[in-house]
Amino acid sequence: MSQSLTTAHNAKRMYRFDLTQRLVARLRNDEAVIGGIGNSNFDLWSAGHRAQNFYMLGSMGLAIPIALGVALAQPRRKVFALEGDGSLLMQLGCLSTVAALAPKNLAILVFDNGVYQITGGQPTPASGGTDYAAIARACGLPGAVWAADEADFERLVQHCLETDGPHFIGLKLDDQPPVSQTERDPAQIRDRFMRGMGAKKSKLPG
Amino acid sequence: MQKDPAPPRAWHEIVLDVLKANDIRLVPYVPDNVLKPLINAIHADPFFTTFTTAREEEAIGIVSGAWMAGRRGIVLMQTSGFATLANVLASLPCAFQIPALMMVSERGTLGEFNIGQAMVWRTMRPVLESLGMEHHVVSRLDECEFLCDRTIKQALMTQQPAALILSPLLTGGKIVTPKA
Ligand SMILES: Cc1ncc(C[n+]2csc(CCOP(=O)(O)OP(=O)(O)O)c2C)c(N)n1
Repeated sequence: MSQSLTTAHNAKRMYRFDLTQRLVARLRNDEAVIGGIGNSNFDLWSAGHRAQNFYMLGSMGLAIPIALGVALAQPRRKVFALEGDGSLLMQLGCLSTVAALAPKNLAILVFDNGVYQITGGQPTPASGGTDYAAIARACGLPGAVWAADEADFERLVQHCLETDGPHFIGLKLDDQPPVSQTERDPAQIRDRFMRGMGAKKSKLPG
Repeated sequence: MQKDPAPPRAWHEIVLDVLKANDIRLVPYVPDNVLKPLINAIHADPFFTTFTTAREEEAIGIVSGAWMAGRRGIVLMQTSGFATLANVLASLPCAFQIPALMMVSERGTLGEFNIGQAMVWRTMRPVLESLGMEHHVVSRLDECEFLCDRTIKQALMTQQPAALILSPLLTGGKIVTPKA
């Protein structure tokens, strides 16, 4: 794929829930989706629960490492990590780990609103112009790009689904809040996800 | 005439066998000098997928995700690494009931030369205890297999995280001789 000309500065600011719905609508093969802390997993939940969704309720910054673990465990399943910019900033080193291991089945989507939205919208220290796609490229993920707009995002998601990764898509966000909140029952979320991954069989109805 | 008994296996040989016997294949770690023979042996054995991570937190995320998708792992670290983990342990493996396994090389005690290590050592047991997390100290070669094997099995069967602490009594620790 040719390098996108979209930069952190001219990417359209989009609506996280709309993007999440567009992603989910393209999933046909029980792809795993790991939603990061707060709004990233809230909008995944709001887009409609799937057995292959994992909603991370704490452990800020670990959506990508969790997705990496899933990707290593099941190399034939595509795995998407949905992570906030503030969260990624807390765990930037994980991009080097992903690059070093180069899992073909992993795609990282970063929701960049420039702020810690869920705690009141305070700007992150990176909001002055840190370019996450450029960071990802410098970490060894040369295909890391910004999505120009919704149509470009759809193309990029399809590219993730059809080609080997690891992939990285930066998404500039508007300031709309999440639609609803995930039901916070961690043991149940874990149980359902394991069944969705085929890693747990149980006679208890799930 | 009686034959000489076989020389005892080193702690890292025992640990390696226990990991294999329990199908623990994924081993992310942040290195520690004392763990070197174990790390080298794991790298040399194609049974394992092993690699360094930038932070111990990341490694906890990786083994948690892998276990939920059907692959078992353990994180290797030193005491100072464990001290970075309280938040993610509480909110990921503890809250979600995931058997994140940890093997911690114990620095900061029994001849520590670095006061920073000695200070951070003090935080390890209080954190383990306040999280109610299963943990065992391995200090004797003859107990190493039993402690490691049973701790790993219990964690997996009960879906709870657990830590194995490798004491300097077992590993020899890291020693610097004081100046005269
Ligand atoms: C280690 C840690 N520090 C701080 C918090 C509080 N906190 C929860 S969510 C959040 C902001 C997340 O920001 P981002 O990932 O950018 O997502 P957004 O809220 O903007 O959607 C913060 C600071 C936390 N949960 N854990």
